[in-house]
This record gives sequence, C-alpha cells and structure tokens, in this order.
Amino acid sequence: MRRTTLLLLLFCTFQAISQDYFPKNDALKEENNNFTAFTNATIYVTPSEKISNGTLLIQNGKVVQTGKSVRIPENAVVIDLEGKYIYPSFIDAYTGFGIEKPKRKTGQGRSPQYEASREGFYWNDHIMPEQNGIDSFKYNNTSAEAFRKEGFGVVGTHKMDGIARGTGLLVALNNDLGDADRIIEDALGQYFSFSKSVTSRQSYPGSLMGAMALLRQMHYDADWYSKGNVRTKDRSLEALIANRGLVSFFEANDKGNNLRADKIGDLFNLDYVIVGGGDEYEAIESIKATNASYIIPINFPVAYDVSDPYLTSNISLEDMRAWNQAPMNPKVLSDNDISFSLTTYKLKKPAEFTKNLKKAFEYGFDKTKALESLTTVPAELLGKSDKIGSLKEGRYANFLITSGVLFEDETVLYENWVQGNKNVINDKDQKDIRGIYEMAIGGKTYALNINGKAAKPKSNVSIGDTKFPSKLSYAKNWLTLSFKDEAVSESYRSVSIIPKEGSDFSGKIVLPNGMETGFTALKTGDADDDDKGSKEKKKKEKPEIVPITYPNVGYGFSEKPKTQDFLFKNATVWTGESAGVLEETDVLVKNGMITKVGKNLNSGSALVIDATGKHLTSGIVDEHSHIAALSINEGGHNSSAEVSIEDVVDHEDVDIYRNLAGGVTSIQILHGSANPIGGQSAIIKLKWGESADQLIYNNSPKFIKFALGENVKQSNWQSFNRFPQTRMGVEQLYVNYFNRARTYDTKKKSGQPYRYDEEMEVLAQILNGERFISCHSYVQSEINMLMKVAERFDFRVNTFTHILEGYKVADKMREHGVGASTFSDWWAYKYEVNDAIPYNAAIMSKQGVTVAINSDDGEMSRRLNQEAAKTVKYGGMSEEEAWKMVTINPAKLLHIDDRVGSIKEGKDADLVLWSDHPLSVYAVAEKTMIEGVVYFDKEQDAQHRIAMKEEKNNLIKMMLKEKSGGGKTKPPMKRGNKNFDCETIN
Amino acid sequence: MKTVKKIIGAIVVLVGLQTMAQQTPAAVQTEILTITGATAHLGNGATIENSVLVFENGKIIALGDKAIPIQGREIKAAGKHIYPGFIAPAKALGLIEVNAVRASNDDDEIGDFIPNVRSLIAYNAESKVVESMRPNGVLLGQIAPQGGRISGTSSIVQFDAWNWEDAAIKVDDGIHLRWPSSFRRGRWWIGEPRGLQPNKKYPEQLDELKTFIANSKAYASDSASKNEGFNEMKGLFTGSKKLYVYADGEKEIIDAITSLKENGVVSIVLVGGYEAHKIIPFLKQNNIPVLVQHTHSLPSKPDDDYDLPYKLPKLLTDGGLLVGLENSGTSNFQTRNLPFYAGQIVGQGMDKEEALQLITGNTAKILGIDGSYGTLEVGKSATLFISEGDALDMRTNILTHAFIDGREISLETHQTELWKRYEEKYSRD
Repeated sequence: MRRTTLLLLLFCTFQAISQDYFPKNDALKEENNNFTAFTNATIYVTPSEKISNGTLLIQNGKVVQTGKSVRIPENAVVIDLEGKYIYPSFIDAYTGFGIEKPKRKTGQGRSPQYEASREGFYWNDHIMPEQNGIDSFKYNNTSAEAFRKEGFGVVGTHKMDGIARGTGLLVALNNDLGDADRIIEDALGQYFSFSKSVTSRQSYPGSLMGAMALLRQMHYDADWYSKGNVRTKDRSLEALIANRGLVSFFEANDKGNNLRADKIGDLFNLDYVIVGGGDEYEAIESIKATNASYIIPINFPVAYDVSDPYLTSNISLEDMRAWNQAPMNPKVLSDNDISFSLTTYKLKKPAEFTKNLKKAFEYGFDKTKALESLTTVPAELLGKSDKIGSLKEGRYANFLITSGVLFEDETVLYENWVQGNKNVINDKDQKDIRGIYEMAIGGKTYALNINGKAAKPKSNVSIGDTKFPSKLSYAKNWLTLSFKDEAVSESYRSVSIIPKEGSDFSGKIVLPNGMETGFTALKTGDADDDDKGSKEKKKKEKPEIVPITYPNVGYGFSEKPKTQDFLFKNATVWTGESAGVLEETDVLVKNGMITKVGKNLNSGSALVIDATGKHLTSGIVDEHSHIAALSINEGGHNSSAEVSIEDVVDHEDVDIYRNLAGGVTSIQILHGSANPIGGQSAIIKLKWGESADQLIYNNSPKFIKFALGENVKQSNWQSFNRFPQTRMGVEQLYVNYFNRARTYDTKKKSGQPYRYDEEMEVLAQILNGERFISCHSYVQSEINMLMKVAERFDFRVNTFTHILEGYKVADKMREHGVGASTFSDWWAYKYEVNDAIPYNAAIMSKQGVTVAINSDDGEMSRRLNQEAAKTVKYGGMSEEEAWKMVTINPAKLLHIDDRVGSIKEGKDADLVLWSDHPLSVYAVAEKTMIEGVVYFDKEQDAQHRIAMKEEKNNLIKMMLKEKSGGGKTKPPMKRGNKNFDCETIN
Repeated sequence: MKTVKKIIGAIVVLVGLQTMAQQTPAAVQTEILTITGATAHLGNGATIENSVLVFENGKIIALGDKAIPIQGREIKAAGKHIYPGFIAPAKALGLIEVNAVRASNDDDEIGDFIPNVRSLIAYNAESKVVESMRPNGVLLGQIAPQGGRISGTSSIVQFDAWNWEDAAIKVDDGIHLRWPSSFRRGRWWIGEPRGLQPNKKYPEQLDELKTFIANSKAYASDSASKNEGFNEMKGLFTGSKKLYVYADGEKEIIDAITSLKENGVVSIVLVGGYEAHKIIPFLKQNNIPVLVQHTHSLPSKPDDDYDLPYKLPKLLTDGGLLVGLENSGTSNFQTRNLPFYAGQIVGQGMDKEEALQLITGNTAKILGIDGSYGTLEVGKSATLFISEGDALDMRTNILTHAFIDGREISLETHQTELWKRYEEKYSRD
C-alpha cells in the first residue's frame, strides 16, 4: 500500500497545490508534498552567487534550499543535472500581457470634445488611476509560452492606455495552475505616461506640455482632496491617494521624456521607475543625474534597405546613426552604474528578445549585468525580491535549466520552470548526435555530416565532393532523414531511433523503388561545421560604432565647443547704442563677455580675427519663434496658462543651427495662438550642442502668450462649441480669468488654505507684475480692448506680437506703454490681416513705440536682417533704427537688454560677423558666437558637410553588409521639416 | 453752387478711390517718353551706365548711352536704375484673395486630370494682392491653377488691367502637371510613423498619368464625341503649348523628363527642381529649362546644406541651364519679394546682372514671351520701372515710376493709402 502511494505520488509530482476549502468533483482530492531535487548542477542563486556542483531543492512551487550540501529528503524526486546550469528565470516588469489594448474611439463629431465623458471621476478622461489591470486581465497561454521560450518566468502587466492608468499585476507564466496561484500581486504599482487614452476624444491635453501640466495638477488636486477639502466624490483621486504607497511606473519612451517624467517626480517626491526609449546613450549624463531606476527596451532599429541610391539619399544621418549606435545603450547604461532592467516592451514579439540581447553583447554589454537586469534588478524595482529574481530559500521555484553558461551562442535553454512546474523548451535528455557518419545503402557509401546546434542539428549528405540535398529532423530520440542522390536522381527516406548508449545508430530506409531495408550509420568522426569558420570570424569582428556628436544629429559637434577669448580687428561695428556704427573698430571678447570696444586694442592672449571689410553686430534676437520645440499649442482648453514651452525645448532641432547661420543668437519660443490665454514661453540662446535646459536663459524673465482674433475664436477650422467664438467673448473670457486669479491670489495671500492651481498661479503672476504678456493680435479693436482690460486690472501688456494693425492705434499703444513685435510685410493670408501694411513698423516706431521685427517662421527667422531692411524701404526708417528692430528692441521687449542686443562693454559676447552690410540682402553670416563660443562658422560648416558625407557613406556600406549578411532591413524614411508656426496644433 | 458741386464731386471720387482701393488702370501711352541718366539693367546680363531709353506707343524705340537723342517728355533719372518689369511664373495671383477665406479662393479645382480648367477666366484683375506686386517691380505673371495631378492651363498677364481679357498677354500658354512623389507622409493616425516613407503607389500613379497623356495624344480633335481634357493637351505634342512639370526629387525629375519625352511632349519646363543640381548633365542633354524654387525656403531635409535653397539657382546656372525663379510654394503676397529671392543668390557669389536675368530675361524665354518682354531692347514692350537704387536689395528697391506697355501705372496700393491715411492722422496731433 505504501509503495503504491509513493509510486502514484512519483507519477503526479506536480499536481496542483491543494486549495483546502475548494470542493473537487472531477477527481479524487489528493495532495502532493514531495520535493524535487536538482543535483550536480552549476547553480546561480543570483547573477553573482554561483554554486558549482550544487543542489536545488524545491517543494510546492518554492525553493526550499540551494547549496553544495543539501540534505535531500526521502520523498524527493531527484533529477541529475550533471554538466548543466540553473539560473533564476527572467522577469519582464513592463508588459501588456493578458490585457487587451483598448480600441480607439472613433466617430468624429462636428467639433472637438472639450468636456469629460465621465461623472464622479477626475475632470479629465485621460486620468484613470481608478482603473485596475486585474479587472481586464485574462491569462493567455500562447503568449505566456512565447515569453517562456525567451527565458521569462514572471511578467508585470497593466492596461497600456491613458496618462494615469491605475494599477497593474504581477503574473507568473504558469500555464498549469490558475490565476489563484499565478497572480503573485494583483495591485502592482501605479502606471503613468504622457499619452492620452484612445478611449476618449477629450481634447485636453493636446500636447506633451499639456500632459505634463495635467499630471502636476492631478497631484496637487489629490493633495487637496486627501485633506478633505472637496465635498464631491472623485473616484480617480481617491484611487490615486489609496495607491500612494505602490511603486510608480512612468512610461516616458525617450531620453527627453525620461527627464520630463523625472522632473514631475521631483516636484512631488515620487521616485518613478522610468520606462525609457533605448536612446539614453545620447544623453547619458542627464539620465544618470535623475538617479532613477529604468526599464529599458531593446528594440534596436533595423538597418535601412540602402540598395536604391535615390531613396537612400533621403535618409537622415540621425536615423542612420540610430541603427548603428542604439545597441550600445545597455552597455552605456551599465558603464554609468544606472540601475535598469530590460524589457520586451516595444519588440514586435518576445521572440526578438534573445536576438537583440545578443546584439547588445556584441556591443560590449556585460553578461552578468544582463542577467541582473533580468532577475535581481526587476525584482527589486517591483519590490518583490522576497518572492522572485533569485533562487534563495522561499522564493518561487522560477528557474531555467541550460546546457551551459547562459547567453553563450552554444548554450541551449532546456527547461523553464515556473512555480515548480516544468516547461520544456528543448529536450535536455536528447543526445548530441552531431558527428560524421557513414551509411552504406544500395551499394553506395554515403557520408552523413550532422552539424549545427545540438538541439536542432542539420545534415549534409555527400559522396566524395558531391553534395546531395538532404533534410533532417530530430526530436524525442527519433531521427528522420531524407536525401536525394542527384547522380541517379533518386530520393531516400529513413527513420531511426537513437540509442542511449553507443555512437552509431540504425533504422529503416525506404528505397526509391518503395522497398524498405535496414541501415546503420557508423560514426567516424566529430562534426565538421561548415559555418564554423565564418562564425568565429563574425564573433571576433567588433562592431564599428560611429561616434556620438553634440547634438547627436547632422551638424552636431564631435566635441562641445568651448569659450575662447577673441579680438575682432578692424570691423565696421554696429553697436546698436548711441555710439552708432563705428568704422575700423576692434572688439575684445573675454570670458564670454564684450570687454572692450575701441581702436587698436591689444589682443593679449585672445585669438585675433581679421574683420577688415566686414561688419560686426550683436546677435539677432527673435521675439517670436516656434523652432526648437516639441510642441507649440495646447489647444485643449481656452486657457492653458499652466503649460510651459520650457518643458518641451528641443535642443536637437536643426533649425537652431540654421538660425545660427542666419546670425540669430536668442529667441523667445512662444506658445501658439490657439487660445486666448496660451502657455508660458521659453527664452533661449541657440547654444547648439548643449542640452535643452542649458539653452534656457538663467533667471529668465517670465512670459506668457496671449492671443486674439480668428485663431482663438476658431474661425478657420471646424470647431463651434468652445467659448469664445467672437471678439466680444474674448474680452469677457479675460475678465473672467483675471477675476478668478485675483480671488485666488487674495485667498492665497490671506494665509487661508487654498487649492494650488498652476493656471491661477501663472495668471496671478501677471496681475502681480511678475509675468509679461506677449499677445498675438491683428485688428485695432481687439488691441485696444486688451489694453483696457489690462488697465482695469492694473497691469500693462508688455508686447503685442504680429500687431498688424498697430499703426492704427500706435498713439494708444505708446500711452499704455506696450511694445510691438511685427512682421515686415506679411498679409492677405486671412481675413483679419486685410489691412496689414508693411509700413506698420515705421509708423509705430515714429509714434514712440518700441518696435521689433519677428519671424514666427523657421525660414524667415534666418533672414531677419533682411526683414529689418524692409523697414527702410517701407516707411523710410534709418538703417541704424532698422537694425535695432532685430537686436536691442526685441531684447528690450524680452527684458534681456541688460545682457544682449547691442555691442557694449559688459554685455554677453553674442556676436555675428557679416561679409557685408548686415541689412543688405547680399550679406552672409560668417561667424556666430554666443558668450564667446563660436557655434556657427562658415569654414567649420564646410567641414561638417564633408564629414557627414563620409560618415553616411560609411554607414551605407555597413547597412549593405548587414543586408547581404541576411540581416533585416526596412525601407528608407525621410524626415521633413517640422515648420511650426502659431497655428500648429500639437 | 457749381464749384461746391465740383468740390463734392472731387471728394466723392477721392473717397471712392480710397474705399474701393484698387488703382485705376493707366491710359494708353500717347506721348513719347525718354528716361535719361539711369543705369539700365537690360535683363540679359548687360548694363548701360548713364543711359537713354526712349519709348513710344508702348514700345522701346531707342536705347543706348547719352548719344541717343531725347524725344518727347524727359524723365530725369540720374543716379537711379531702370529694370525690365519682373516676371512671376507659376503663381495663383488673382485666384486667391485671402487664403483663409474659402469664398475668395479659386485656385484649385477638384479632379486629378483637368487640363481644360483655365486660370485666365477666374483671374481677378482688381485683386489687391496683385496690385501690391507693382511697387516692388513685379509687373507680369503667369497665373497657374494649383493642386491635383494635371492642375489646368495657365495664362500670362500684366498687372494693370480692367479685366482678364485686357490683362492677358499670352492666353492658355501652358499646362501644369504636379509629378507624383516617391515618398508619402506617414498616416500617423493609423499608427504609421510620422516621417516620409516610400510611396508604394508611385509606379501606379505614373502609369495613370502616362495613360492619360497617351490617350490625349491618340485623341482626334475632330472626334464626334468631345473630350475637352484630351483636346486641351493637343498643343503639348505640337509644341504650341508648354508643359510645366512640378518635381523636386532626383528620381521624380528623371522619371518625369524621360516619360514625357517618350510620350511626345515637345516643350517641357521643370518647376521646383529641389534636387536638380544632382542631375545637371541629364537636364542639359534634354534641354530642360528650370523654374527653380525661390531662395527664401528651408532645406527640405535636415542634413542638406543650410544654404542649399540660396545657392541652388546658381548651381544650375553655372551648370549651363536656363534658369528662372518661381515661388509656387508660398502665399501669393510673398511674390512681391521676387527681386529679393534673386538678390539672395548674389550673396552666394552670383553676378548681380546674372541674378537679375532669373526674374526677367530668362523667365521670359522660359515662358515664351521673350519676343516682347523680359529685357530692355529696342522693339520690345516698354514694361519697365525706375528704382532709386539697386532693386534686388530690400533697402534700395524704391520705385519712382513703372510702365506696362508704355502706360505709366500707379504705384499706390491699398497699403500705401492706409499708410498715408494714418500718417495724416498722426500729423494732426
């Protein structure tokens, strides 16, 4: 009796772990509390803790003991793993496993949807912290198998939709047991992203900066709510508050967004686990500075198909480089001691994981680090080190059995055990039959060479030098082989069982005439691997990695340029000050500043630039630009004061370089004109090669964009349901917001508790004179209106931008004290510019208004000197006054005239050397410097062109090689210009 | 009482002019005019210092140095400059008044193959935008339909007319074809990347086009069943009409020229030509003139030379091609900047007179109106202007007189009138 029980137990070792109070009717309810012992294996308890010749003892799905001398209980099934390896299985912390992606909400209405579709939740549909992944989870056997094949045992999953996405769950990929066992954690973390939900058409946020603002406000509101200040119910905020203790995951998806997510985290003392983009290597210093943990995808770009030279000429250097450089990302991250785990996220299917990981190894990624990034690191960042990620006592029995050292080419993954349940990937007991055999069949002796991988061998059949096509399959100890003797054009088919002992095998063969006969294959030697030679060569050949530049796009610097002392000799100097234009004058630049203007200056150690016959001016300042930004308009609300362009500066935009080549050194990146109250500006210097934050002015004056007229009343596109739709409404909207801001500010200053509101904070700054308005404006009525509204609230409008009918109310503008930043000659593109005239700048200027000429256009901005010259033609401005319109005047409007805008001792050395009179259409900028650093130089530009051509050619050769080597390719992609202007909605 | 009436009448006329805003077309030239002392820029590469230019009945009858006798009324222009009227090709001037106001747009008809759609009959001779060309020296234009594949038929007009009939100087001169592109924008809303990707339909689109051209060629004009589209195309195969093909990519340009030639199109003009500099020998061999995209544009690819659009016309000219400037890619109002597009090339090392040719003599040749327009030559139309200074530079392009076919046209516009009105307002204070 006892023996029978034991036998029975042996046979069904891995039955369900009993669930005591569950009735069972389809079979008898029996228990199995046996142990399984894996002996004689090399065991990695953790990636750095190795036990040679050790034993792993498991029971009921958990590790009981791991060690060299483990006492094996009597009721243990012993599995001898002599020569084999055991590793903890992998964890993918970031997947959408078992949770279907929601479908995009279709059906466009006549107008955008501004209000939320839900009640009793947060006011924005894209904020769904109340959502729980477990509610829509359905375990998927097929998908689990795909993960297990790559070595994964546990995955984190959540509903990948929306900005705040609620909680996820942690699942063991255990097909044998139900959710009661395999769901390790059903409230795993809170998840966030910058991407809106596809399930709602609610407009806000329509931009990256809007998503950032929304997340910040959500946290402020949660704080207010948690203190019991809100009388209504908000199930979203309640969930967010309830889940505060959980790990927060932030799907950022690229290097810049990593930093953006981290900034939000810093504001609220949240340590996000950031899901990166795989391009962290491009900004590794800033990434390291976040001190965050990362989850990193390895969806390395595939090569472009460069076989068609026409199409190929359209691929940008940036995109070509990404293919070449991205596989070094894991190595760079680990070299910089950044804590990260790897994920299959972004791969088309998990099966691509191992292949891409190998590529990372070729690029020098350390294999122990790789194992850590798949076991201990994800376990740690999930807060589950006590359950998964190692083979220490008490952990889940989630482990891999391999033929050799993990990640080696030759190594075969045999089994992937999940919670003590075996999953065979490759048969570990299958004998390695690789070798050279002789088969005597029908009077001929064929040579059979079985080679390739031990688990999946290939065959070559030959007589002498004549090779015959053959096909071999080998599984479960059975081998089938067919081949065609082309000499006689006849086919043979055979089947054999492989004996456990001995090196030969025999079986039966079907002859071409249909007769069956026995045959024996006699082993005569070791396998002769055809590909061996080339494989070894491939292994040794280290990939050539092209260097990163600053920024890592075309025209980037191989080293960040440094500040230098310069002496410009004998230039015609346009001071932009009362000194006027000085002939044959020297300008000395030291430590990034203009230190001296005069004749025959001593250069000292400064580099002398002969400027004879050339013109030196201060750098051009563009009051109204939309280059170098990732988004421009947050059109989801009629007021978006809470968003800031500073959050979305794009330091890699080639238009920065192009603007430098046009003599521009400082710009205000304005929010667009979709809303009466737009967003906050970024005032930047065009320091090409520096990071986004480095471009922004220190102690930058604070600005906000306002807008009037057709855009804000949505006259020129299909939208009919947002207030305001008329100029009458625009006025009332301002009055309403300023009334509210005043109430808010009064409450705040009174010391009473108040709900922190970013939008109101910004509007209150305007009322308090701490933030300036630059207002998009066209017709005189609305210009006049805004001045009156400002006066009613006791502040002044700083700048009217566009201001095309400013000439009609120039006297009123002067009285109000507002400046003007206008186009030189634009008109006729919309109804409200019917009366726009190119004499506008001259008339306003004559009336005493400070006037600047701006661009609002990435093309025109690089010729602002010419646009200024048009005021000479239209309206007869003097040349000196015309020049001020693109230098000191915009600097005044931006409150940076104490630093830039003219050539004056003590000011920043933001200078441009021109080949000709700077107002002439014939003038070319030869050198543009900012704070003594030369960011554009015509000669250097010529070198860039040559170097880029060579680098592209080199990369094309590499891609051709990749394709001929059987690598995957994709069709060429072309990057167009972004060309943002005021009306760009994104 | 009579005087009061007169005064009122004068006021009415003045006010009427102001509110209507369009300038009244000038009367036919009745007296002989002689311009003396100016530097004449002939538009063919040459200049005459201290020149004498005489015109009568709308035609130049004498031109040379001070040896030429003065006839009729003398306009003294010492220190000033004379230029032939600038010519703006491939524009929808007079077809769009205000871009954002749909009701004022007549530039783009629906349909892919509509060569029989004619710009001329929709041309608004009283457009305020057209009027604003003149103070900058742009006096002639080719009015071209936009959009689709074969957009329609253009005509060439002068910019001082009562209606489209008296504006026309060459009726139905050419057909405008927008060549398909081998790249197309990613449909990001269905999950494609936002960048440009190969257009898989390109061969199909080419085929469609070739089929249409082949059918046009096969069509018999006296056919009982009329096909106006095919019929309009007939002139392309005899050379009486030009085909303006808009293409930018190297591949597209080669495809276009090759297949149009193969299909019997006699006279082809390339418009745009962003990558034309890469295939100069090919264009030269096929004798293709280029109306190249205007210089005030951004490079279309991030790695292109920042100044490629600035120097492109020079590269093509230096390569021996016949080159003019066009600005089909911008708003109509920008066309008044045509002289400055040419000036920009001078900064790239082109000779000023050569640059001038790109908006005068060369363009006239390309459009086939060089018999009368484009250069200052005896026997040609007196379509010219006087500028205070160098007309290719913003600072000095300041017109004092302009003539179209000898008629002295007004240099006032809706814009100058507003300027004067508000100068007057502020002078009262």
